[in-house]
Amino acid sequence: MAKLVNIKIEGKSFQVEEGLTILKAAKKCGFEIPSLCAFNDGKCSLASCRVCLVEVKGARGLVASCAYPVNEGMEISISSARAVKARRSSVELLLSNHSKNCQQCSKNGQCELLHVATITGARDDAYTGELTRTTLDRLAPGIVRDTSKCILCGRCVVRCKEAQGIGILGQEFRGFKTIVAPADNRSFMHSPCIQCGQCINVCPTGALSENSEISAVDKAFTTHKYVIVQTAPAVRAAIGEEFGEKIGTPGTGKMVAALHRLGFYRVFDVNFSADLTIIEEANELLLRMKNGGKLPQLTSCSPGWVNYMEYFYPDIIPHASTCKSPHEMGGAIIKSYFAQKHNLDPKDIFVVSIMPCTAKKYEKTRPENAAVENLPDVDAVLTTRELAKIIKRAGIVWNKLPDEDFDDDLIGEYSGAGVIFGVTGGVMEAALRTAYHALTGKEADIVAFKEVRGLENIKEAELDINGTKVRVAVSHGMKNAKPLLDQIRKGTSPYHFIEIMGCPGGCINGGGQPFVKPVFLPNEDDDILQTYIQKRASVLYSEDERQIVRQSHNNKDVIRLYKDFLGEPCGHKAHELLHTSYVSDRVRFPGK
Amino acid sequence: MAVIQEHAKRRIKEIVASHKDEPTPLLIVLSQIQEEFGYIPLEVQEVVSEEMNIPVAEIYGVVTFYSFFSLKPKGKYIIGVCLGTACYVKGSQNIIDKFCELLKIKPGETTPDGKYTVDALRCIGACAIAPAVTINGKVYANLTVDRVEKIIKEYEGGAN
Amino acid sequence: MRINTPQELVNKIRSCEKCLAQKFSGETGTKALLVCGGLGCISTGAGDIISLLKTKLEEKGLQDKVSVDSVGCFGFCSQGPFIRVYPGETLYRMVKPEDVDRIIEEDVIGGKIIEDLIYIDPKTNQPARTEKDIDFFKKQIKIALYGSGIINPENLDEALGYGSFRAFHKVITTMKSQEVIDEILKSGLRGRGGGGFPTGRKWQFALDQKSDVKYVVCNGDEGDPGAFMDRSILEGNPFAVIEGMMIAGYAIQATAGYFYVRAEYPLAVSRLKKAIALLEEVGLIGDNILGTGFNFRVYVRLGAGAFVCGEETALLNSIEGQRGQPRPRPPFPAVKGLWQKPTIVNNVETLAVVPYVIRNGADDFVKLGTEKSKGTKVFALGGKVNNVGLVEVPMGTTLRELIYDIGGGIPHGKKFKAIQTGGPSGGCLTEKDLDAPIDYDTLIARGSMMGSGGAIVMDEDNCMVDVAKFYMEFICDESCGKCTPCRIGTKRMLEYLQKITEGRASLEDLDALTELAYAVKENSLCGLGQTAANPVLSTMINFRDEYIAHVVDKKCPAHVCKKLMEYYIIPEKCKKCGKCARVCPVSCISGVLGKTPFLIDPLKCIKCGMCYSVCPFDSIIKR
Repeated sequence: MAKLVNIKIEGKSFQVEEGLTILKAAKKCGFEIPSLCAFNDGKCSLASCRVCLVEVKGARGLVASCAYPVNEGMEISISSARAVKARRSSVELLLSNHSKNCQQCSKNGQCELLHVATITGARDDAYTGELTRTTLDRLAPGIVRDTSKCILCGRCVVRCKEAQGIGILGQEFRGFKTIVAPADNRSFMHSPCIQCGQCINVCPTGALSENSEISAVDKAFTTHKYVIVQTAPAVRAAIGEEFGEKIGTPGTGKMVAALHRLGFYRVFDVNFSADLTIIEEANELLLRMKNGGKLPQLTSCSPGWVNYMEYFYPDIIPHASTCKSPHEMGGAIIKSYFAQKHNLDPKDIFVVSIMPCTAKKYEKTRPENAAVENLPDVDAVLTTRELAKIIKRAGIVWNKLPDEDFDDDLIGEYSGAGVIFGVTGGVMEAALRTAYHALTGKEADIVAFKEVRGLENIKEAELDINGTKVRVAVSHGMKNAKPLLDQIRKGTSPYHFIEIMGCPGGCINGGGQPFVKPVFLPNEDDDILQTYIQKRASVLYSEDERQIVRQSHNNKDVIRLYKDFLGEPCGHKAHELLHTSYVSDRVRFPGK
Repeated sequence: MAVIQEHAKRRIKEIVASHKDEPTPLLIVLSQIQEEFGYIPLEVQEVVSEEMNIPVAEIYGVVTFYSFFSLKPKGKYIIGVCLGTACYVKGSQNIIDKFCELLKIKPGETTPDGKYTVDALRCIGACAIAPAVTINGKVYANLTVDRVEKIIKEYEGGAN
Repeated sequence: MRINTPQELVNKIRSCEKCLAQKFSGETGTKALLVCGGLGCISTGAGDIISLLKTKLEEKGLQDKVSVDSVGCFGFCSQGPFIRVYPGETLYRMVKPEDVDRIIEEDVIGGKIIEDLIYIDPKTNQPARTEKDIDFFKKQIKIALYGSGIINPENLDEALGYGSFRAFHKVITTMKSQEVIDEILKSGLRGRGGGGFPTGRKWQFALDQKSDVKYVVCNGDEGDPGAFMDRSILEGNPFAVIEGMMIAGYAIQATAGYFYVRAEYPLAVSRLKKAIALLEEVGLIGDNILGTGFNFRVYVRLGAGAFVCGEETALLNSIEGQRGQPRPRPPFPAVKGLWQKPTIVNNVETLAVVPYVIRNGADDFVKLGTEKSKGTKVFALGGKVNNVGLVEVPMGTTLRELIYDIGGGIPHGKKFKAIQTGGPSGGCLTEKDLDAPIDYDTLIARGSMMGSGGAIVMDEDNCMVDVAKFYMEFICDESCGKCTPCRIGTKRMLEYLQKITEGRASLEDLDALTELAYAVKENSLCGLGQTAANPVLSTMINFRDEYIAHVVDKKCPAHVCKKLMEYYIIPEKCKKCGKCARVCPVSCISGVLGKTPFLIDPLKCIKCGMCYSVCPFDSIIKR
């Protein structure tokens, strides 16, 4: 039990834990001091925005509440004229060096700067002058960087290092010229950025955002006869948040209902393709184990991870599964099997994937993912956030939507194993359920693989399946994966199969998911940043539990697909449509 | 993008290795590289990043923060005009303007032929002989605007 | 040859003292020539003088009887290069390489004083043979500069012979850590880097921390433009600073010290490194020093051109290989500093003073100075003053004494306007402040601050708005960019100042500038931002009429701001020689040689001042 200290805020006495920052202590006492750059206990350029200034009796000058710890007898004033003026002045200075077109900014409505400008009463054009030279980078399909909206809070710099260990972003130059950028102010496309979008999730303004494809989708409705949409499992775990639902509220039924009202020809679930991926990948693993193929096998459904592998570990590419990621498989099947069965020309089909992911916007452009008549397997990727935007744009009222089901048309069925793809450890569990069946002919006990769930950096399990020892590992966030990869590089890896996800927590915490910004979530607990991933995960795990079919190999539509069309798992046709290849000579900083 | 030569790569690795027992030696390493190579471009930063396990963006951030580090090669003759207070109140702004005017470049830039760089310096501590200008380490004392042209002529002739 | 015990150190010191005394007294028939090796003198020929002296003496076979040493800055920079001759301490000033032969023939060999190389007191017109006779030196007391200008800074024996390591010996044999701190507290020594924080208190915080590893950091990132005190101390007597660091280390129970020196000071760095190497050689730095069990190692780290790294937490980040951005405090460095260990950061001058305080005792030190500011302060006097140079005076000396008695007044008969102390963090003091005693609190009360010791004198030809703009340009250039008020606020302030100096501003702009200045002052993260507004605020208070003239009349009374002044050839005075037209870079001066007065076209003129500086007849004025 931490020591308590007595403090006063606005003359009222409180007792709080010693060592808390004034900002945190004030929150516990019912005061929300306006703040901006502070994030998640100092995972930012600490005390730099000077918005959270308060007056502390006896201190020299005003004090940054995000960094200053409370002590016994401290007397704090938030509302003193001095402090109010100071906070307003910091915001006004930021606004004077900021892009002014809020109407067109993708962050409008969730912009922390606009929020704090309103709260501090920032005046219009209090300061005017030159703007720091802007860099607008739209080259990378996944991420857009606009330095005219950057407030140098440093959150993205910290996040990339913390989540991925790469540290693509840094502060460059000095003083007024300072910008946040990849080295040499390169585009994300011309630096070893994996486009995972973790930086977007922490950005308080519109400086970092996904590269919107809404207009591409709008155009498709005029150019293509059949615009088909498929949604990733992780989307349903969080989409409701965009409409005010509490984090952890399942949104599957309403999401499908909304999509049914947006004019799509068919609304499919990527979970079907996830099951398909499991069949291919589990078989691939068993083949490698039997024939002395490259082990450990590494999953390949996370394009952020694939980018990382190509940039930093091209030597272990042979270990990666050659399976495409589920939505790419889905797109290939739609343009081949589905098209053929319905007598449609694949050229008339436009496939839209709704993803929690920004790296998939890049993934879909890869030439290796164009299986049918050289058409891209997937034509457009919208993030969960973009989906919410078009739902709102269409005037659909979320909480009045009924629950509807995905279209049951050849590729509609999915299993619980497919659902849990969206969580770290999900792919592994799904694969093990199928591998177990392949090795024993029996269904595994569902709880047998729970070891691979959870948020520890690396999760391991050793299973004895009918005499065959299978050692597996699961990691999420590339920083956590590094030890496993170094092991493989050195030749000392003890595993057969490793699931690697690019984003910490898995896809439910992807770069395209709804933002979790406590300042905009007054109905969530104060520690929501520490609990939101588990809450979203539980949506998927409980949906898995509600399914009748829990294993990919029991998905009847998948079974029929193989029987009627694909033939053998990992067979010739499967390889043509459902497998991809990687680039081993990817240059980290290509020439300008 | 320029490809770094093998011997340069080796030398950088040597420099990094020579400081491996010192704590957080990044600035020392970069200073040595700046001195030996004259500049620290991205290709060089990549090697340092690999050797020291520091993200390239962080190294780039350090290189662009400190005035002593240069991304581009400097000229053969680096003309540093002190704009410290003592020199400024004695007219050094006119002197740097004159250098720039004659060499047709702006402060911080290098002439296209790679011969001259003009830098605005922040107080070199030669306040007693203000205005002061250094060219490749040689200090010119009590400079006046009318002597600028003559000085450039000295270097044009390949002197010094 | 290692010094292994305290007694051996005492013996060594005694023998060095004897040697040095002999060198200066000439009792063994030798002579010593000390040449000032300060940057000012080196740039005007002192280097050549030294090598010529050595060569000529060798030619004459006198190299064993006459020693030649390059020593630290004498301080009287406007009169350099200097040679001081021992015995006798005759000071030759404005020596040229051509004078070397005479000096050797007439003085060294002939024993006669060379009259035309002796300083003439401008007030009495009488020759002043030694420093004791010269006003510039009379009011000075060398404490931080003790030994500087006297010992060969690369010679450990000379340093030991002139006081070095006596204090260290006293500390390590007779004092406990707390006792050392008590003595420093008693002395009232305050940080000489600008902050003026009581040194003893800072050390106490660090001693009170429990940690196996602690650090002493010496801040040698003297970035104030116009300041060269720390450079001179490091170049003149690096041993004193190292000794101070070691005493500090002993006091807080640290085992390592780091010097952080500007990269712009290569000579200071090399002297420092050499001194450290010499001390390591004899075992005065390293493990188990003098067999007492005290371990202390000293390292040198260089800056890389960032003024903000003079701020102590930015400095620590710089040593840690990062961008030099400050940290929020608390935690203070004394609690969590270098690599998160308890660290004290002290200025070069502060550490140089420490051995003196210990050696002579706090009681001696407190006799100098004022009630709250004890001891002396080194100032770099520059700008529009006759005797530009380095001085060390007791706290409490008035500005009038500094500028007129020591500084010799304003040259060319111009009128004193202001003196800026504290560099870009300070303010200007004017006529009304001339009799104020110089000390930390008085300067702050009058709208400025002590700063590191730079003192720039300005006369009627300086525009105070232009000076404020100059400092703001500097700040904008050097702002690290981390916090909003400094990064953006100072830029906006500069934009206001540009508006004012270009005649585009209104009275509302003056009010807005003032309000913004206070915002930057109140809200910035570190000292750089917190003091950035001082030049503006202080000039606006003291010279408001000048600002009003720029804003309302669109005129620059001092004729400095280019857009508000013009160069004008007085037709009656013009001798039609055409020299101005020939040097004009934009050919905007027209006239007929020998026939018509020349005329500057104000629309084409770029105000470069070339014509003004070359006119042999002073026919061109600024208006």
